[in-house]
Amino acid sequence: MIGELALRFVLGGVIVSAFAVAGELFKPKTFAGLFGAAPSVAIATLLLAYWKKDATYVAVEARSMVVGAAALLVYSAACVATTQRRGLPVWLGAGLAWAAWGAAAFGVWGVLRLAGAVA
Amino acid sequence: MKPELQPEGLRKARPWEYVVRFLFGGVVTAATGAIAHGWGPAIGGLFLAFPAILPASLTLVEEHDGRAEAADDARGACLGSIGLAAFALLTWGAAGWPAAGVLAAATLVWLVVSTAAWAAWFGRRRRTGPARRSARRGAVAHRRPAALR
Repeated sequence: MIGELALRFVLGGVIVSAFAVAGELFKPKTFAGLFGAAPSVAIATLLLAYWKKDATYVAVEARSMVVGAAALLVYSAACVATTQRRGLPVWLGAGLAWAAWGAAAFGVWGVLRLAGAVA
Repeated sequence: MKPELQPEGLRKARPWEYVVRFLFGGVVTAATGAIAHGWGPAIGGLFLAFPAILPASLTLVEEHDGRAEAADDARGACLGSIGLAAFALLTWGAAGWPAAGVLAAATLVWLVVSTAAWAAWFGRRRRTGPARRSARRGAVAHRRPAALR
């Protein structure tokens, strides 16, 4: 387990850094910002899921990721709002917006589960 | 407005800033694996779209370019998340394909959908559009003393 976590850490760090470098290469910032929502964690995790598990496991993770991506849209919109508030430090606003991500992700997930759309 | 390459952008970032992003990315990826291990792939999958490095990125963009540019960066992430949903949908539908093929195709779909969303939203605006105007306001704010921002 420790070895696998270490592998995830290195793989995730490398892929996230690669997308961060790609983002630095472009302007304007609205375009560079696309790379803030790059599938960096997903590529590292799904690569290991294919290796250690099977396609069914990958499909379940990817299905949930659709909900997570919708929550990321909510999070990013919240960050636009918090970043424009001059009295609030950017790092604090972005940290507080994690609550919006959690509420959206688990809220939608809960509704889908109650509706029987997911197990 | 068109996206342009600016290789000099790489020189703006200091080495420790890439180290911060590496650490954030590594920690979130390892944590996502631990969550999937403990609570299963359905809950773990939600965290594949967790905003891992956006807080660090926005903070660094504000430091280099001002608050309005950081807001623009977040606006771009809104559109990138549409591409991320397309990435997830393709992976979900084509999970039975060979791993390399699925992930390569899904990454390409993320890039195409994100870029198309950006072109639809910002592509027709001139650089003096609303995003630019707010950037100029932010540049002024950036020159103010920190306590007045």
